[in-house]
Amino acid sequence: MKAYQRVYTKLEGITKATVSLRAKGVSNDELAIVDGRLAQVVRTKGDVVTLQVFSGTEGIPTNAEVAFLGAPPTLKVSDQLSGRFFDAYGHPIDGGPEIDGEERQIGGPSVNPYKRRQPSELIPTGIAGIDLNNTLVSGQKIPFFADPDQPYNQVMADVALRADVDKIILGGMGLSNDDYLFFKHSFEAAGALDKIICFINTTENPPVERLLVPDMALTAAEYFAVEKNEKVLVLLTDMTLYADALSIVSNRMDQIPSKDSMPGSLYSDLAKIYEKAVQLPTEGSITIIAVTTLNDGDITHAIPDNTGYITEGQLFLRADSDTGKVIIDPFRSLSRLKQLVQGKKTREDHSQVMNASVRLYADAQNAKTKLENGFDLSDYDHRCLAYAKDYARELLAIDVNITITEMLDTAWKLFGKYFTPAETGIKQALIDKYWVK
Amino acid sequence: MKTKGIVTGIVSNLVTVKVDGPVAENEICYIDLQGVKMMAEVIKVNGDTASVQVFESTRGLKNGDTVEFEGRMLEVQLGPGLLSSVYDGLQNNLATMNEVFLQRGEYTDPLDREKLWSFTPIAKVGDEVVAADWLGEVKEGWLPHKIMVPFSFKGTYTVKRIAPAGEYKVDDEMAVLVNEEGEDVKVTMVQKWPVKVAVKGYKEKPRPSRIMETGVRVIDTMNPIAEGGTGFIPGPFGCGKTVLQHAIAKQGDADVIVMAACGERANEVVEIFTEFPELIDPHTGRHLMERTTIICNTSNMPVAAREASVYTAMTICEYYRAMGLKCLLLADSTSRWAQALREMSNRMEELPGADAFPVDLSAIISNFYARAGMVVLNNGETGAVTFIGTVSPAGGNLKEPVTESTKKAARCFYALEQNRADQKRYPAVSPLDSYSKYLDYPEIREYLDETVEKGWADKVLAAKNIIRRGKEASEQINILGDDGVPMSYHINFWKSELVDFVILQQDAFDAIDALTPLERQRFMLDLVLEICQKDYEFEDFEKCREFFKELINELRQMNYSAFESEQFSSYNETVKKMIA
Repeated sequence: MKAYQRVYTKLEGITKATVSLRAKGVSNDELAIVDGRLAQVVRTKGDVVTLQVFSGTEGIPTNAEVAFLGAPPTLKVSDQLSGRFFDAYGHPIDGGPEIDGEERQIGGPSVNPYKRRQPSELIPTGIAGIDLNNTLVSGQKIPFFADPDQPYNQVMADVALRADVDKIILGGMGLSNDDYLFFKHSFEAAGALDKIICFINTTENPPVERLLVPDMALTAAEYFAVEKNEKVLVLLTDMTLYADALSIVSNRMDQIPSKDSMPGSLYSDLAKIYEKAVQLPTEGSITIIAVTTLNDGDITHAIPDNTGYITEGQLFLRADSDTGKVIIDPFRSLSRLKQLVQGKKTREDHSQVMNASVRLYADAQNAKTKLENGFDLSDYDHRCLAYAKDYARELLAIDVNITITEMLDTAWKLFGKYFTPAETGIKQALIDKYWVK
Repeated sequence: MKTKGIVTGIVSNLVTVKVDGPVAENEICYIDLQGVKMMAEVIKVNGDTASVQVFESTRGLKNGDTVEFEGRMLEVQLGPGLLSSVYDGLQNNLATMNEVFLQRGEYTDPLDREKLWSFTPIAKVGDEVVAADWLGEVKEGWLPHKIMVPFSFKGTYTVKRIAPAGEYKVDDEMAVLVNEEGEDVKVTMVQKWPVKVAVKGYKEKPRPSRIMETGVRVIDTMNPIAEGGTGFIPGPFGCGKTVLQHAIAKQGDADVIVMAACGERANEVVEIFTEFPELIDPHTGRHLMERTTIICNTSNMPVAAREASVYTAMTICEYYRAMGLKCLLLADSTSRWAQALREMSNRMEELPGADAFPVDLSAIISNFYARAGMVVLNNGETGAVTFIGTVSPAGGNLKEPVTESTKKAARCFYALEQNRADQKRYPAVSPLDSYSKYLDYPEIREYLDETVEKGWADKVLAAKNIIRRGKEASEQINILGDDGVPMSYHINFWKSELVDFVILQQDAFDAIDALTPLERQRFMLDLVLEICQKDYEFEDFEKCREFFKELINELRQMNYSAFESEQFSSYNETVKKMIA
């Protein structure tokens, strides 16, 4: 603690997430220590300062000691971050030493849009539901939309470990201890620890602490992407729990909630995080893959809804009853940047094959509806249904791990097995070249 | 003397300031944060306390920090060089900033002060002029950029001196005018105007009487927008709002296009920077960027500047309109602007309206839409600002305050449907919910009669009717099954599919199909109606489906072929044979 610091000992108000007191010379966003806990200035009104206490206010007395630290939250950045695990404040939780490095304010300014470059580099994942139908591009931001019972963290870990990137930074918010250990073990097992950095808030930690996690992760990401020209992949799980923490704080500050009791600033708050995804003019890039858990598939809830308007698509996980596997739903998933790489960084037939295979899958869904409504099925309907099963098992399922060329070949194989060239509606030139008899 | 103040409270970007003198609503002030001057705007005054919204992050700001008021509202600089520029919401030139990251308090000049412009005088010494009258012109790209009597000038002036033809910089003295009191006033190429005030300086604002071509069939044919008209595009995410807007920006028949990226994704703006300089304006053959100004306040940039960005964009359009030009303003998305208003209203602890939006949201939106329009200038020339905004309704539900308020203000409604987008029927504009009120304007109907063909508006309504009957038929088929309905239901359904596939759907990524000139739209609608007006008989519904599927395929091939090419005619002949 610095010598000239003035210490206050009289709180005027306490809520579950905030305390307020009279203090002078306090700056906005500045950190303070309240009764030994970290807090941040969120409002000043005349002499009265309101502080958000990250770990909650349980047991804080009105005569608690409050000392202001004079600066907003920071993270020390250097190459020493690699391979380390931290809590939401950036303190090591892996038993290792503190980091030496330049102290940087988290949640810093955004990249000048004019200085950005158009993303153009493909990120292969081996999962056909992603690579074939919703190809990822470096600099993209995209969440998994999944019900809580879906194995989204496993899929994300797979994607991260297969992606050809220099750093993987995990921001865990409200992660269960089991999932935290799962990530740790997967990264260790893959021998990838040297390129991993984790900022972890588990369900055992107070919810408001989570608010620091994305900014911590992205400050580290910016260091490696900007300074070291590295390709950085940031994983944020679970953004729904992050948004819940936002609503807790705004509620305690008596702000008027908007839709689904979320704060009116939810869109801006989420955008500030997701828009950190960037392809820099140099080689460096930040790609964000996040998780937004849904309530029974409801994407109209304020959190997935605002997210969908911000991110460049979404990957929708669901259980497929035909095959008993978890698949990436080809209808509700979307990668807005896929056309930047499809057919350019992949084989020429990519986008046609993708469209045809999804269209035929849609025909199968229609046939299914017909069947359920008790109407007769045509021969084409039967073929579609058989195709859909193979397509789901061999391409949509999340346990697939093949190259994009193999995915395309698999799709051609299925077309040849069940359909005539005309039924696929693919351009004649491509049929001539790739059709499997 | 400037009014000064002291910061007394901070919640996010809302700051309260105790002032020592007069302040005005919407006045601009600068807050001094350890030497960094941050721009802010007064949004409420109560006694000697002004609430200001800061256009930057307030991190590190303290109570007691000093504030200086400027005695003016938020202004933009208007002059040659606006086109092909990329600005933020406060008209800072983003291209001339050095750092990769946006620096707080960094404000860059919107105009190039050193560039030479070739000037030709229009007014003569001794002429009597008023605000917005043309004094001369410079060539900005290929556009005649008028140098005008500043909009803020009141009363009549006499031209005392006018610069001779030659090369000048924007700050050079282009004319000296004498006001009614006999005082000399200097005029340069640059004037300033407060963005939240509508530019006047025209004789009248008549009802729009022409349509603005976009090359998009579902707009031009089905729901045309007038030159100087207003429209809006609401739709859930992933329904193709951005693709549709970019198509309009690329193909819209306008002299000047201003795109306001208001609280949207930065990568979408990057797409414009990257692609527009390469693309050619189909109407003039010039590079698209030459007629385009981008106002870019992406979702991660400060919220208050997001609110300013749409006003900045509108003011630039009004400026070019006063030169007798046709301008098109595209704002994506006005919902983000409304949310910025909501955030501020919320921080000021105002009593909220529906969904926590401010109660005057509806009034603010209609005032803004009212700034669009066609005008007759003092010299009898006309200019227009056409405005199309997108709306991002929460949860895709159109019963929310921004959509409802906008529906009252805009004359065209292009509803994007999730269902159509899921079926990849793009553009996913709903054929039945969407409308253009301009189709009811007698002057527009007359214009269409003359420029497209006699009775055109009624043909459009006939096409809509086919869709409506097809929808009814399809509902019945779904309930009763293919065999449970009379053949006429199948025929009606397939006729509507024909209109849908051939007229409504359009491939924005196909070089030929993306842009359909009005003449070609007339040809195709006439052909489609001719097909639909015929009676057909089939053995069974399978035959009916086969027949129409084949017909649709031929007609779609026509859409992909160059108009009146050999290929096009051969498809046309096949169609004619099929329906003979």
